[in-house]
Amino acid sequence: MSNIQDKLDARRAQARIGGGQDRIDKQHAKGKLTARERLELLLDPGSFEEFDMFVQHRATDFGMEKSHIAGDGVVTGWGTINGRKVFVFAQDFTVYGGSLSETQAKKICKIQDMAMRNGAPIIGLADSGGARIQEGVASLAGYTDVFKNNIRASGVVPQISVIMGPSAGGAVYSPALTDFIFMVRDSSYMFLTGPDVLKTVTNEIVTAEELGGAKTHTTKSSVADGAFDNDMEAINQIRRLFDFLPLSNTSGSPERPFFDAHDRMDTSLDTIVPDNPNLPYDIKELVLKLADESDFFEIQPEFAKNIITGFMRMEGKTVGVVANQPLVLAGCLDSDASRKAARFVRFCDCFSIPILTLVDVPGFLPGTSQEFGGVIKHGAKLLYAYGEASVPLVTVITRKAYGGAYCVMAPKHLGGDINYAWPSAQIAVMGAKGAVEILHRKDLSDADKTAAHVADYEEKFLSPFRAAERGFIDEVIKPQSTRKRVARAFAMLAEKEIAKPWKKHGNLPL
Amino acid sequence: MTKPIKKILIANRGEIACRVIKTARKMGIKTVAVYSDADKNALHVSMADEAIHIGASPASESYLVMDKIMDAIKQSGADAVHPGYGFLSENPVFAEKLKKAGVTFIGPNPHAIVSMGDKITSKKLAQEAGVSCVPGHMGLIDDAEHAVKISNQVGYPVMIKASAGGGGKGMRIAYNDTEAREGFQSSKNEAANSFGDDRIFIEKFVEQPRHIEIQVLGDKHGNVIYLNERECSIQRRNQKVIEEAPSPFLTPQTRKAMGEQSVALAKEVNYDSAGTVEFIVDQDQNFYFLEMNTRLQVEHPVTEMITHIDLVEQMIRSAQGEELKLKQEDVQMDGWAIESRIYAEDPYRNFLPSIGRLRRYRPPAEGARSDGTIVRNDTGVFEGGEISMYYDPMIAKLCTWGEDRGEAIKAMKYALDSFELEGIGHNIPFCAAVMAHDRFERGDISTAFIAEEYPDGFLGVDLGKGHHRHIAAVCAILHDISAHREAQISGSLANHRRHIPDVWAVQVKDDHFTVKLRDAQGGTILAAIDEDSDKATVEIEVMTRWHPGERLARVYIDNKPMVLKIKPRPEGFDVHYRGSDLKVAVRNPRAAQLAKLMPIKLAPDTSNLLLCPMPGVIVKVMVAEGDEVQDGQALAVVEAMKMERWKIRCAQRVNASLPK
Repeated sequence: MSNIQDKLDARRAQARIGGGQDRIDKQHAKGKLTARERLELLLDPGSFEEFDMFVQHRATDFGMEKSHIAGDGVVTGWGTINGRKVFVFAQDFTVYGGSLSETQAKKICKIQDMAMRNGAPIIGLADSGGARIQEGVASLAGYTDVFKNNIRASGVVPQISVIMGPSAGGAVYSPALTDFIFMVRDSSYMFLTGPDVLKTVTNEIVTAEELGGAKTHTTKSSVADGAFDNDMEAINQIRRLFDFLPLSNTSGSPERPFFDAHDRMDTSLDTIVPDNPNLPYDIKELVLKLADESDFFEIQPEFAKNIITGFMRMEGKTVGVVANQPLVLAGCLDSDASRKAARFVRFCDCFSIPILTLVDVPGFLPGTSQEFGGVIKHGAKLLYAYGEASVPLVTVITRKAYGGAYCVMAPKHLGGDINYAWPSAQIAVMGAKGAVEILHRKDLSDADKTAAHVADYEEKFLSPFRAAERGFIDEVIKPQSTRKRVARAFAMLAEKEIAKPWKKHGNLPL
Repeated sequence: MTKPIKKILIANRGEIACRVIKTARKMGIKTVAVYSDADKNALHVSMADEAIHIGASPASESYLVMDKIMDAIKQSGADAVHPGYGFLSENPVFAEKLKKAGVTFIGPNPHAIVSMGDKITSKKLAQEAGVSCVPGHMGLIDDAEHAVKISNQVGYPVMIKASAGGGGKGMRIAYNDTEAREGFQSSKNEAANSFGDDRIFIEKFVEQPRHIEIQVLGDKHGNVIYLNERECSIQRRNQKVIEEAPSPFLTPQTRKAMGEQSVALAKEVNYDSAGTVEFIVDQDQNFYFLEMNTRLQVEHPVTEMITHIDLVEQMIRSAQGEELKLKQEDVQMDGWAIESRIYAEDPYRNFLPSIGRLRRYRPPAEGARSDGTIVRNDTGVFEGGEISMYYDPMIAKLCTWGEDRGEAIKAMKYALDSFELEGIGHNIPFCAAVMAHDRFERGDISTAFIAEEYPDGFLGVDLGKGHHRHIAAVCAILHDISAHREAQISGSLANHRRHIPDVWAVQVKDDHFTVKLRDAQGGTILAAIDEDSDKATVEIEVMTRWHPGERLARVYIDNKPMVLKIKPRPEGFDVHYRGSDLKVAVRNPRAAQLAKLMPIKLAPDTSNLLLCPMPGVIVKVMVAEGDEVQDGQALAVVEAMKMERWKIRCAQRVNASLPK
């Protein structure tokens, strides 16, 4: 008996060292932690339960039959984050460069299946050179099995990917199918075709970092939702994000004790909107002042900054926030902003997270680049996402809500449950000057008449009262009382239920 | 004889307008505020009984326009005007206009303003009144050669000054003939540009001087008393930053002599309000008359705190013709008061003015504290208010009072630690640094203090290991409290909750500590701190009622109060304490081990980027598209706030394009 136990200890020790101390040292020298160290930090101390520690590949070509390392390049299992269960896998770069084999894929699929069956999120830490080339199509089949599972799990449990090393070729599609992708600056990159191939095929010369580093994917491509300075910061932030997320599509948002009165008045909000309607202000200040304890986890902070998306809490429960940012492009909606917000709204709706929408939007960004880029279809994504959302929707119009953009930003007509407006709100088809140019074209040469028309238009439409008279606004509220109003609205809406017509699924304008 | 004032218009803005309104209200007098476009939502506007708009944002189009003030007086029916300081406060024409209109000016008579307003006249009067003056030439200087001759007579070093000067403008120090020649010319040019008056005079320059001033108070019945001194030696570019009363330097004899000479001078001009006689004092208690300010001084609160006299009230009473009830022997000198001027200036960027929205503004609570000290904060702003580019960047005057100087300093340190200000750059860290400076604590100061002690600008404070140890213990406890809250999230596995260790590895700058926490009696926590460097364990007792989300952590360490400004990060806190901005990491011991493997990342090189240090108007662009520029070459001139213009220079030789 003791002999077997000794053997178990020895085999465990063997498995834990992965590709060996040399490779671990190399990993450390690159400023990267090993797969096991990462999981150790990600999960509550002592909570990790490992599966398939002794799994080995079954490849026989190219000398692989002579080389076997326990675990086969991925560490899998489950554990807890602040006591809540989570299923995890972390690719081990010290073992065959973390390359994906048939058996590695099987280990990952096992985790995905368990997560779905048991209603808990999946966090994958990617650090892999790509497919296990020695295995050929078996490796590709493995990838595809993982993809299929990603798709099945989508909308069932939250899936988070953290890219902590290379992720190239087919490997990128598993993260791409998950809800969130985060990257580590300077040590991670993602692309379908690497710089070497690019150089031969298209003569394009580009570094891996430029082509697919964290900066590229968080500012240009929007593939990634956030980037962090190092492994440790990334993992700490994932723990922070995890506390905002429901465990599954049936669990509802988590709740935790909070130390911030729901009826906290904030008189500084009465002056946040400048007197001059053409001056910008930082909507993030409003978000932070509405949130419990000013805690806000922003999603895609570096992309399409004209709209802000992220999670906060109200009375201890998670709320998704979508807010136009007047500081950037005057808060206009464009293709990128629409796509960013639409995807965020879809996530919240999947997992029953209520959505707070803060509106200050002068319209859609005009221009050929927008029209040629398909802003019609991208704008429709956000429209569709809001229109189909069945979670509690609370909307606050702080200033401008003009034209088509008004129709998109969770108005009453699209399913907004409670729609508030600040006294500074201007709800109209367009601004005064533009409107007068169309309505009173013949008087344009007469400056006095035009000024009178502008004043008349401003009086009539550039206030929240026209909309309030129609019931399109439930109430005009004082900015200082916004937290109280919004918190009470969400409290009232907690049991909201709406019936939908039967359909297989809708056809959103992808 | 007395004519009670019923309604005061305050021809000013900001904290001083609010200050005057407070006393007027206490006396049952109605108040009228005036405001420019930029001040539409200002605090003084909402505090006053009524408010009248007087024009565009620049002071030259509003607060300085006499006709607009006169209209506002007529419109509101005010029977008196308090001018505050600055703006029209020392303008004899304005005082004369009010007199003609039958409106009471709450300030001295126009004759006193005129006589003291001119540096040469005031000096002559001072000499006649027997006031000690700086050796110098009483006449005007004709030309550069004359300047050299006079300088030699007076003896170097000399100060070349514009007669109409103030705030350091039109002032030069010369140590030799060449400098005297150059100094004369540049003072003259600057004076002509700044004041439209290029009269220049020369006097001896006193080295290592202290700036000490005497507060006087007079009535219309010939009575004048002095309310002791204020020391204002902590100055930056001739702008006062920290003031105190009394001075830690003056002997009772010097105080008495200065006071009596000040009274003599005031009587010489029939001074009938609150005023200040400024002196410089050398290391041997010799004092020299500098000038007399015929108005309420910015730093008047410190005098009020040690004398228990409301100066604004006394000004109002004098103005309505009442006889001064106080006699010289009634004037107290009770305890010690210190004032820190909180400016919207970034101390880490050479005190560059900073403008913008006050996202967070939470000054410490005013009034008496449990340890017997008193906090007072004179302010004209509020959370959500705006610091605009049009006016003086002063946000508040934070004052503390204590039984003695040590107590007042201690109270100021605590008050600065708990002063929350966000959205703009501010000098709170700098004020805190001065308070903890041993030269300041010893009272060994002069007007050169800042230049001598911070020759390379302010680079923050290194608190040292003792403070770091306390900060480490506090952060470990706060982190521990946060961790316990996180572990209470819903949906956790009932019997498998997160285990939270009682040992934390804390890093404060380069100091590493291991903090072991243990609950003790009465809600206190015992923190045993080990340092990596030496093995001795230090145990301290900490008490706090802090909750996650609170941005001020008030704690008692071994029964001594301490307050830190904190912002949580997933792995610790950003801490602001005693002028030091710290990133504090709190980790479990295993995480601390792994943290050592994390690469240190360097900030990207931005030397080839050109960023304007603050919003302002580009007055001049000194390069053209395609020009090749050298290191340090001036590229453009920017003007902003009350700052003099400055040049944006190139940090690195580049050849760049010019944005349109």
